Amino acid sequence: MTYNRAMQTATLLRNGLDAQNPALVQLLGLCPLLAVSTSAGSALGLGIATLAVLVASSLLASLLGRWLLPEIRLAVFVLTIAGLVTAVELALAAWWPGLHDALGIFLPLIVTNCLVLARAESFASRQPLRPAIADALGMGLGFGLVLLALGAARELLGRGTIGADLGLLLGDTAASDGLRLLPDSAGLLLALLPSGAFILLGLMLAARNWRRQAR
Amino acid sequence: MDESRPPPTRARPLRAALLLAAVATATVGTVAIVHDLAQPRIEANERLQRVARLADVLGPMQYDNDLLEDVILVRDPALLGTDGPLPVHRARLGGWPVAALIEAVAPDGYSGSIRLLVAVDTNGRLLGVRVLSHRETPGLGDGIDRRKSDWIDAFVGRSIGDPPSEGWRVRKDGGEFDQFTGATVTPRAVVRAVHNALVYFDAHRDEIFAAAPVRGDSR
Repeated sequence: MTYNRAMQTATLLRNGLDAQNPALVQLLGLCPLLAVSTSAGSALGLGIATLAVLVASSLLASLLGRWLLPEIRLAVFVLTIAGLVTAVELALAAWWPGLHDALGIFLPLIVTNCLVLARAESFASRQPLRPAIADALGMGLGFGLVLLALGAARELLGRGTIGADLGLLLGDTAASDGLRLLPDSAGLLLALLPSGAFILLGLMLAARNWRRQAR
Repeated sequence: MDESRPPPTRARPLRAALLLAAVATATVGTVAIVHDLAQPRIEANERLQRVARLADVLGPMQYDNDLLEDVILVRDPALLGTDGPLPVHRARLGGWPVAALIEAVAPDGYSGSIRLLVAVDTNGRLLGVRVLSHRETPGLGDGIDRRKSDWIDAFVGRSIGDPPSEGWRVRKDGGEFDQFTGATVTPRAVVRAVHNALVYFDAHRDEIFAAAPVRGDSR
């Protein structure tokens, strides 16, 4: 490892955000990505929670990695990620009940996000702490931003608003209407249905590929 | 980085098993500790939330009893939409009944049952309705949720005779309640369930307020 550590960190962050973007390039974690991206608010909630779990699990994987035998490494990571998500969910329910309710169904889904396991197993466990965390941050932000973009697009097309569910993240019990950009009647129902999520994600993939080929 | 592995020996499976057991113990231990720390607060939060939910649906109605304790269990598959027992909370002021909070189920939602909380005063006038849980399509049928839209407030002030029973339908079916764009099944199910709850209350009003509360906390 002779090259500059800051350069390495920057490369790792850029990898997650763009070159190896988990949602657009690796196509990892599509189930939660498509299931909860019906509004910008819920998408942001899942994005933040996933980022937190990803960083914590990569940290643990990096610390544990060298002590583990290869045969049981996968089992250990599955176990620690499940334990981590459970602990986070319990703590949220106790100390931030508003946020817990807003994330309710999305929280346990993080365990099933193969992105978390993939980064812990294939990257963090073989790396020292710093690159492992840089990678987790990059991947988590890359995943979260695509999620947010997809959520905002579906909310705008389907309901004509932006940020209607954002208040739920702060513990509000009643969602505000958000910022209405299009008239209510213009809502495209398809955008809110699961098939609309696939179509929009496909369009985002196509736009990305087209941009790369144009270069 | 040196990735040289120790030569396989007979001790290796045992070591792997012990390591795995150690990690499992540590994980379960951590979760158990967090659980023990969090549980009292989670229970307190849930209790607060249930009180707040009941108070919310009562609106400005005054009461001075513990709604969570003053509860009975009733059963009426035809009108309340489920075979199992459902809680009815009673609100009282100075010992006199002022309102009943009936849990009801709309069994015919677009995707499964919709659980409702229906608050009626002693005269059978609706104080409010809330959806406790549902699995309706986000963006289509979930307007019944008070957090998504104020559609459910259309029930406030209504009663079994207002509108008369043929008006207790969505507009598409010739009734007085709005449906949603692209979603008629969901509001139709809710309107019917609320009307059924009113019919139930009308038939059992005196028993509901007279019955002795069940012991313990019912969910």
